[in-house]
Amino acid sequence: MDTLLAVRASGITKCFGDVVALDGVDLEVAQGGIHGLVGPNGAGKTTLLGLLLGLAVADRGSLEILRTPVGRALAAPDGVAGFVDGPGLYPSLTARQNLAALAALRGPGAGTAGIDEVLDQVGLTDVADDRANGFSLGMRQRLGLAAALLTRPRLLVLDEPSNGLDPAGKRHVHGVLNRLAAEGTAVVLSSHRMDDLEALCSEVTILATGRVVFSGPLGKLAAENRELDYRIVTSDPAAARRVAAGTPGVRIADDGAERLVVRAPVPALDELVVRLVGAGVAVRELAPVVSPLEAAFLALTDQPQEDVR
Amino acid sequence: MTTATAVAAAPAARPVSVRRVYRFELVKLVSQWRIRLLLLACWLGPALFVAAVGRQSTLPTDTLFGRWMHATGWAGPLVTLGFAGSWALPLLTSVVAGDVFAAEDRLGTWRHLLVAARSPRRIFAAKALAGLTVLLLLVAGLAVSGAVGGLLAVGNHPLVGLDGRLLAPGDAALRVLLAWLCALAPTLALAGIGLLGSVALGRNPMGLLLPALVALVMQLAQMMPLPVGVRLALPGYAFLSWNGLFTGPAQLGPLLIGVAVALAWAAATTLLARLLFLRRDFTNPAHDGSGRRAVALGVLPLAALLAVTVGVLAPAAGGAGSGIGQDKVQRSVATAFAHLYRLQTAELNRPDVTEEQLRATAACDKGSSSVEPEGPGNDWRCVVTWHLPGVDATGTAVYQLDVAPDGRFVADGDGPKEVNGYFLVRTPTGDAPNPLWQFDGNVGLLPDPSKG
Ligand SMILES: Nc1ncnc2c1ncn2[C@@H]1O[C@H](COP(=O)(O)OP(=O)(O)O)[C@@H](O)[C@H]1O
Ligand SMILES: [Mg+2]
Repeated sequence: MDTLLAVRASGITKCFGDVVALDGVDLEVAQGGIHGLVGPNGAGKTTLLGLLLGLAVADRGSLEILRTPVGRALAAPDGVAGFVDGPGLYPSLTARQNLAALAALRGPGAGTAGIDEVLDQVGLTDVADDRANGFSLGMRQRLGLAAALLTRPRLLVLDEPSNGLDPAGKRHVHGVLNRLAAEGTAVVLSSHRMDDLEALCSEVTILATGRVVFSGPLGKLAAENRELDYRIVTSDPAAARRVAAGTPGVRIADDGAERLVVRAPVPALDELVVRLVGAGVAVRELAPVVSPLEAAFLALTDQPQEDVR
Repeated sequence: MTTATAVAAAPAARPVSVRRVYRFELVKLVSQWRIRLLLLACWLGPALFVAAVGRQSTLPTDTLFGRWMHATGWAGPLVTLGFAGSWALPLLTSVVAGDVFAAEDRLGTWRHLLVAARSPRRIFAAKALAGLTVLLLLVAGLAVSGAVGGLLAVGNHPLVGLDGRLLAPGDAALRVLLAWLCALAPTLALAGIGLLGSVALGRNPMGLLLPALVALVMQLAQMMPLPVGVRLALPGYAFLSWNGLFTGPAQLGPLLIGVAVALAWAAATTLLARLLFLRRDFTNPAHDGSGRRAVALGVLPLAALLAVTVGVLAPAAGGAGSGIGQDKVQRSVATAFAHLYRLQTAELNRPDVTEEQLRATAACDKGSSSVEPEGPGNDWRCVVTWHLPGVDATGTAVYQLDVAPDGRFVADGDGPKEVNGYFLVRTPTGDAPNPLWQFDGNVGLLPDPSKG
């Protein structure tokens, strides 16, 4: 199992002056896995990814990337590519020139992928010869991904790659990442939204103010039983509200307006449905307000659900 | 990529060679419209300007050699140099050197570049070299363009030096080349200041303006009545001291000192910039420079450098004086007058006389008689006396002198009319410009070694 880890970090601490950006963080990323890093703004995601890219050195802790221990010096081992805080592109160059300049930087024989090939993979073939200064954020993200693909990485590090992506762009990016993972590349990507990562990641690490609050497979996160908010649409809202108020374990979580939102653990919710039906109220719709993963994320990172919704 | 290869340990980071990063930097620089326009302007502008002046009746006489632009093509590149030293070169270094580092801050591409190139040291070297390359291209453009424009529009004729002597075209060409090479040294110093500002101040526009600002301050300083030692210690002095190449004998002392000081500044500022760059935190996108401490770190050593150079140069430069003494002024004026008198004689088709026969001397005084005749000012007055073979009487002519603090002076003829009082002389073939009417000269600021 050990040999299949692309990243093994333990006890990583990084401070910027008084700010503790990372506080004893452990992270393991399997080769061929897509690992999500989630957390609210300022949680330390970018800092952690920067360490993986060799942009900074941890104050404490040990970090091993692609089985190479990372020392005190900047610069990550070969085989790592990606970007933090937005892709770096030169607006005066076209998409193709940006990639060509990067390929030339690595030199011939460095095993770079074809420029047309990576442009095609991220769906930018049509704008390959346009200057990057006209690109939208989503296009820039995709070009940044193409630049990373150019180096045929074995560890791909992406910071908030889905920012600014339209659904089509997202599909492209997800397709590329899934294919890379299938080929054995480890992918670490961050987001401040859990729902972003649900479709893509096999494992997630949730960070909050520099600490790991959860790490493991998505299934494990969802299985953890906790109270969730559910929206209920019924044939008789007023009656439903009365029934809900009388059901043990169920709390009314809305503001008394038209829709009914209750907060309850699953057994209490089951009981509520039985009682509603018994009282002759038809249940037309029952759904969690946020996905169980998102809810777990919000609970773990101490964020009120209302703020994020 | 299979799991088998993935399991193998990755090789340690392999930094990209400086040569490749250099090429990458050049590609980025040359892809900018700003740089392309500058290149075009530098390679075409001076030629057009010099050619245009060659066809006009008025001459830029307030710029050194401007009054000879109708006479020879070699005046063109020197007028360009005078102008470049005060305006074009500081601005060019600002745009090029000041921007090579700041551009990455503006675009937020530092981390990208660092991941791609993997070595801050090499990035620094490559960026400095790429900036230098573009700067050299721009300077070469200015020099070549000015010369080509002049040669095409006016022609390859002898140039009148600052001592009135005629320099053969080949000699003039060589000196023009040397003058431009000397001006490279202070350009490099400004470029180093640009690098430093760019590294220390990041996105802050002050970083970009720093070379231009420093150049402006140095120009203002050169206009003030400073002691010679301080004047020479300023890194921009070589922008002026190339004048010494066109006097006879050449005033090489101030020139070499100016070049050496400028190169010392270039080296010091570049090293400081490198130091700051390597200490910098690349993870912070909001970072716009290394902060106040970095500024202090950049400024203090330079202040020390200035203090040391002043300390070294002040005794050699003859203490706190202005370096402009009565003796030197008299000799400069007399020498230039004698050379130019021969020029006028030839124009008038009179029999040639030699400088030895003329035995020209000048008696110069400054202001009212109560004032010590020393230092810059526009109240110098010289009476030039000369002899003609076979004539008992001596000729005299009066000049009003405006002597600048850097030693350059303009002598304005005050009569008699047929010698130096009028801007034209009547020659057998019609009116021609009078070389004795007004002329430029230069007083060496350093103590004269030939004089005990
Ligand atoms: N270079 C830096 N200098 C100072 N503080 C920093 C720097 N980078 C990050 N921080 C601080 O560290 C914390 C974590 O930041 P970051 O990793 O960017 O969070 P995230 O990417 O999860 O939003 C924040 O409080 C941020 O202000
Ligand atoms: Mg971030």
